Amino acid sequence: MDSVDTAALMLARLQFAWTIGVHILFPSFTIGLASYLAVLEGLWLKTGKQVYIRLFKYWIKIFAVVFAMGVVSGIVMSYEFGTNWSVFSDKTGPILGPLLAYEVLSAFFLEAGFLGIMLFGLTKVGKKLHFMATLMVAIGTFFSAFWILSANSWMQTPAGYSINDAGQFVPEDWLKIVFNPSFPYRLAHMVTAAYLTTAFVVGGVGAWHLLRDKTCVGAKVMFSMAMWMAAIVAPAQIFIGDIHGLNTLKYQPAKVAAMEGHFETQKGAPLILFGIPDMEAEETKYAIEIPKLGSLILTHHLDGEIIGLKAFPKEDRPNALIVFWAFRIMVGLGTLMAMIGLFSLWLRWRKTLYSAQLFHKIAVWMAPSGFIAVIAGWTVTEVGRQPFTVYGLLRTSQSISPVDAPAIATSLAVFVLVYFVVFGFGIYYILKMMKAAPTPGQSPMASEHPIGLDSVISTQASKEEH
Amino acid sequence: MLDLPTIWAGLLALVILIYVILDGFDLGIGILYPLFHKGEERDTVMNTVAPVWDGNETWLVLGGGGLLAAFPLAYAIIMPALYAPILAMLIGLIFRGVSFEFRWRDPAHEKIWDAYFFGGSLLATFSQGIVLGAFVQGMEVEGRAYSGGWFDWLSPFSLFTGLSLVFGYAFLGALWLIMKTEGGLRDRLYKMSLPLMLMVFFLTGVVSLWTPFLSPEIYARWFEMPTLLYLSPVPIIAALLAWRIYVNLKRRNDYRPFPIALGLFVLSYMGLGISIFPYVVPRAITVAQAAAPDSSLGFMLIGAVIFLPLIFIYTGYSYWIFRGKIKPGEGYH
Ligand code: HDD
Ligand code: HEM
Ligand code: HEM
Repeated sequence: MDSVDTAALMLARLQFAWTIGVHILFPSFTIGLASYLAVLEGLWLKTGKQVYIRLFKYWIKIFAVVFAMGVVSGIVMSYEFGTNWSVFSDKTGPILGPLLAYEVLSAFFLEAGFLGIMLFGLTKVGKKLHFMATLMVAIGTFFSAFWILSANSWMQTPAGYSINDAGQFVPEDWLKIVFNPSFPYRLAHMVTAAYLTTAFVVGGVGAWHLLRDKTCVGAKVMFSMAMWMAAIVAPAQIFIGDIHGLNTLKYQPAKVAAMEGHFETQKGAPLILFGIPDMEAEETKYAIEIPKLGSLILTHHLDGEIIGLKAFPKEDRPNALIVFWAFRIMVGLGTLMAMIGLFSLWLRWRKTLYSAQLFHKIAVWMAPSGFIAVIAGWTVTEVGRQPFTVYGLLRTSQSISPVDAPAIATSLAVFVLVYFVVFGFGIYYILKMMKAAPTPGQSPMASEHPIGLDSVISTQASKEEH
Repeated sequence: MLDLPTIWAGLLALVILIYVILDGFDLGIGILYPLFHKGEERDTVMNTVAPVWDGNETWLVLGGGGLLAAFPLAYAIIMPALYAPILAMLIGLIFRGVSFEFRWRDPAHEKIWDAYFFGGSLLATFSQGIVLGAFVQGMEVEGRAYSGGWFDWLSPFSLFTGLSLVFGYAFLGALWLIMKTEGGLRDRLYKMSLPLMLMVFFLTGVVSLWTPFLSPEIYARWFEMPTLLYLSPVPIIAALLAWRIYVNLKRRNDYRPFPIALGLFVLSYMGLGISIFPYVVPRAITVAQAAAPDSSLGFMLIGAVIFLPLIFIYTGYSYWIFRGKIKPGEGYH
């Protein structure tokens, strides 16, 4: 393609950002929730305590709704590559295609195959086999993240390829492709992000019910488990994020320059806390900075050299304004999460974890924080990679399908409308389910979903302490 | 002759066939949905597929992903060419997919989600039929890209294949439900199966006769001498299968008609394959031209050889666990 239709390009990018941005919300939650469900069921099998199976039953209904939305929004993604990004598909297909195929073969089938048993099968297969099904679903979500992040990371830091006569990227070394330089960091960071996202949702729901009834056993257990997660994993996430950033500095210095708001290349660079990067004027306006700290963080030397955006040709620079602020939102939320986690340890020690009302209110407000951080993080990653789809090799403007702008505009409008309606309802149902207290005899919905757990619960519920 | 591209062409064909059969019957249930009584009967009908629909649909994801991986050039041409029907299919699948969960969560709006379940299934099926027809018809290609217009996919033939698939899936859905249900519901399914079968038989017949006239190349393929000889038993076998279905429906043998009908589907599918091979974009790009390099195909083949048998085992296990009749109102409690 010689002449690129800029309107079509913009619309296709918007559409991709919208559909993937919505899709990623669901996996972020299901990756964490699947593991949480496995832990709950495992604890139930081990201790026989009713709270665990009650919480399992509580969250599995929510899981089912989120999962369904993840599936349908994911199917859109796998076809959108072809409809809107056909040139990209043709060129990267030999490398990205097999990675996605492995994802389907090793992850999606596993999830889908055992989901049925997980949701409907407890009375049919017995407890042990059912637990195994839950584990399989959890493992499936992890494999899914593994392969999709390998694909995405290859686009960020391509390795193990050569280019053939038709201009296609062709595989030379699959180990290098799968385990490309940024992949281990991105995988660790994303999976941790999913666990944190889930922890804060579970914690928020627990806190909300504690605010209503301090003695609710289910709410206590949820809240406590979530806060352990936050206390341990949020600080770990800051550490992982830091080394992820160092890796990015090595392979995508322009992205880091945009994240930091640096235009000039300098030794002993400051850390810009806030400011407004201006791409036209090539400077970050109204910057509030701490001298030398930027170099210290990124190079671990006070006088280390940091490359600025001006070192790159204008047409190769990502949009610093978006990247800079998205990065601050993510890091800000990550720091908040870690503070909350650490504070919970203090409350636990003081034995006021279940009665600290202000803390519970904050936890309720923090419930959606993981989702926001995930979107912000992906914005840093993807916008920071621009103007390339395959970093340094294939431009976004050369990736798009020969489809006219009105066709893309129509499909974009349809996706926005449909997603708002369908996922809007889905989120409303989830909130409604979360509103029901996790106490015995409380059914989250009037109509009983045929999840074969009810009989197991009711036979033993009478022995329950609460 | 059995090189990697050919193996992958065969594997992909198999994947799509499995998709058509599996999602075929559960989309078919969606198409028949308005014919069932509100409330309990619809609950029962939906419960016959609730544990397996997600796995069924995953074959579609494998079809798309596999095409991208094995024949990236074909994927890059076909998807933009079929932009609108693919979009419609995706939208249909969204509405239908979430209805499985949403209708239980919102008793006050159950009817609305029932309607979306029906509408989504119908839209997805009709679009798939159009995709099929438009694909067989062929598309304009220039260099490595689609060069036709937005509405090239729209033709009497593609609309007709759309319609045929709607009836085909509905027929499969009815036979599946006969296996899974009892009582009055099953009686009604028996009654609707016969007309459905006649309709399917008629529509497939028309499509089969129409296809050779789409292009001289297909015509030659079908009516050349050696092929004609191999192919002449096909209509006979089809008629035989239809007869067996008829007999078993009459005898009210719950478990026979469905598997025999699958045979009918396999047969028509093979007919399509004959019209298309060795092309992946009919009469424009061959399997060999579009194939990814052997290093891609080989790497993927390892995965397919390891995982496909495992998938068959645990999918089969899941179907086995949920085998047998579903009692009305009982669900899976
Ligand atoms: C709960 C979510 C969450 C939290 C609290 C954080 N992140 Fe993050 N971050 C993500 C969720 C995320 C993400 C959505 O998962 C991203 C997008 C791509 C990826 O692998 O992870 C991401 C990307 C991402 C990148 C971009 C890497 C690249 O594109 O090359 C950097 C440098 C960081 N993160 C660094 C951090 C730091 C220093 C944090 C410390 C507070 C932090 N993240 C907290
Ligand atoms: C394997 C995983 C992924 C692949 C293959 C991929 C691929 C792409 C492609 C082809 C584009 C189009 C180029 C463009 O619009 O600039 C894009 C853009 C984008 N992607 Fe990704 N993506 C992946 C994961 C994600 C995820 C999980 C998110 C989460 C939110 C995301 C967010 C975005 C955004 C926001 C854009 C638009 C950026 C811009 O246009 O400036 N991507 N990605
Ligand atoms: C970091 C980015 C991504 C992660 C971690 C991820 C993970 C997942 C997970 C865990 C699921 C299972 C359903 C659920 O739990 O909601 C899922 C569904 C799906 N995803 Fe994504 N995904 C990502 C991005 C993408 C992209 C870019 C594509 C496009 C190729 C994609 C395609 C799909 C498909 C087709 C499904 C449905 C599978 C099924 O039928 O079960 N995903 N994804």
